[in-house]
Amino acid sequence: MSGARDKADLTPARQTISALRSKDLLGIEHLEAEEITLLLDTAESMRSIAERQIKKVPALRGRMVVNLFFEPSTRTRFSFETAEKWLSADSLNFSGGKGTSVEKGESLLDTARTLQAMSPDLIVVRHSSAGVPHFLARHLDAGVINAGDGAHEHPTQALLDALTIRSRFGRLEGLRVVIAGDIAHSRVARSNVFLLTRMGAEVTVCGPPTLLPPRVEELGAKATTDFDHAVEGADVVMMLRMQLERQKHSLFPSKREYFARYGLTAERLARASPEAIAMHPGPMNRGVEISSEVADSPQSVILEQVANGVPVRMAVLYLLLTGRPWEGEREGA
Amino acid sequence: MTEALLLKKAKILDAERIGRMIDRMAHEIAERQKDLAGLAFVGIRTRGVPLAMRLAERLSDLVKTPFPVGTLDITLYRDDLSTVAPQPLLKKTEIEFDLNDRAVILCDDVLYTGRTIRAALDGVIDLGRPRAIRLAVLIDRGHREFPIEANYVGKSVPTAQREVIKVMFRETDAADEVWILERPGS
Repeated sequence: MSGARDKADLTPARQTISALRSKDLLGIEHLEAEEITLLLDTAESMRSIAERQIKKVPALRGRMVVNLFFEPSTRTRFSFETAEKWLSADSLNFSGGKGTSVEKGESLLDTARTLQAMSPDLIVVRHSSAGVPHFLARHLDAGVINAGDGAHEHPTQALLDALTIRSRFGRLEGLRVVIAGDIAHSRVARSNVFLLTRMGAEVTVCGPPTLLPPRVEELGAKATTDFDHAVEGADVVMMLRMQLERQKHSLFPSKREYFARYGLTAERLARASPEAIAMHPGPMNRGVEISSEVADSPQSVILEQVANGVPVRMAVLYLLLTGRPWEGEREGA
Repeated sequence: MTEALLLKKAKILDAERIGRMIDRMAHEIAERQKDLAGLAFVGIRTRGVPLAMRLAERLSDLVKTPFPVGTLDITLYRDDLSTVAPQPLLKKTEIEFDLNDRAVILCDDVLYTGRTIRAALDGVIDLGRPRAIRLAVLIDRGHREFPIEANYVGKSVPTAQREVIKVMFRETDAADEVWILERPGS
């Protein structure tokens, strides 16, 4: 482009990378630390668009994104749609369920092939089964973004959580983070553990024994069932939603007893570092995993998390859809 | 594009010449802009920014009024986002003042095809409705692809397409110099 051709770009070699390695964002597990930093830096630059009067830039004009949500979602779907609109991409929304071809018995692969016929550039998929985004990525030319697959990963949630934390503390490295609640059913917990440990934070996962997956330490986090002890001196306390819809059996005695032992109350948060922040990916079960007092306190960054959803998803869309590094040396200068 | 691919051909301007050129441009702005009161400078990242700051500073010295300076990142407005590789790093646009009804002097180091300026005009217009936008560049090297011209030019340098103009500023490159570089084998 002119910017490149007008001037020889001879600034000292950048230490950072300027592109992601893959056409897909399937999870955090296989991202390098420098890719995570690139995503967060780009998201930070995208933030200012939200403050403008005209919330639209032409970067993805003429690109088509399909939002394929087989599982209910409010904030994730809305923030992807907002991100697509602000970047001027065209989008199609598909919700599995009533009246769609899925209800009529179409297989996932046939649904995918139908979509392929419309030549989308990118597919954003949420599904209750782990691995669906990976399956689509293998069978489609389009890039695929995982917007949550079963209890596996939810990479954009982890990225927006990281952006929220980084904005507060200026760093991720060395922070003490406690992730508490229904770890076993939580893709948010998995993606966050991958991301935060990769970036050098010290992560402890905490929950009742029935909700702690076996061998969770292999992900790089410490595990404990003692919430009061875990919170001691923490910088970040991240509560998870009790996923009542994913639990087939009763895994804890009652909501009230759960709250007594694992709910984030003001007294418990007082044991953390004085600057500690309380997080929750939403939707919250007030009085089950978090008290209203904490959720609405100045230490709560829950609304910042929601606000960071759009710039993070803009960054992911932008980085996956522009300038592929494997297409060769750029022309010009 | 890496530096290794370019040969240094000639240094065409040194710090003293660059300083005098910026002085002259500031005088031209003072003389020709009727609306100095509402004037603001916007530099296009990366090397439009030092030019904007220096012009604003020199003009302030001349007319004893401060002028606001903003920074514009045009990455999201480029017309080649899907073809250029590797893609540019997205940085922040920082314009802390209201653009409405101001006269804006858009600044860049080199004017070449005009595509950067086209993108910058779109970027500025999305942020507000300036009364007027003028263009100031340190070097005009010709080869326009769009009908865009600068109002204030430091120096016009006729170039061949295979040549590259390299502007260096103390703030970004540790020295004030302008070089003509050339791609080898052409």
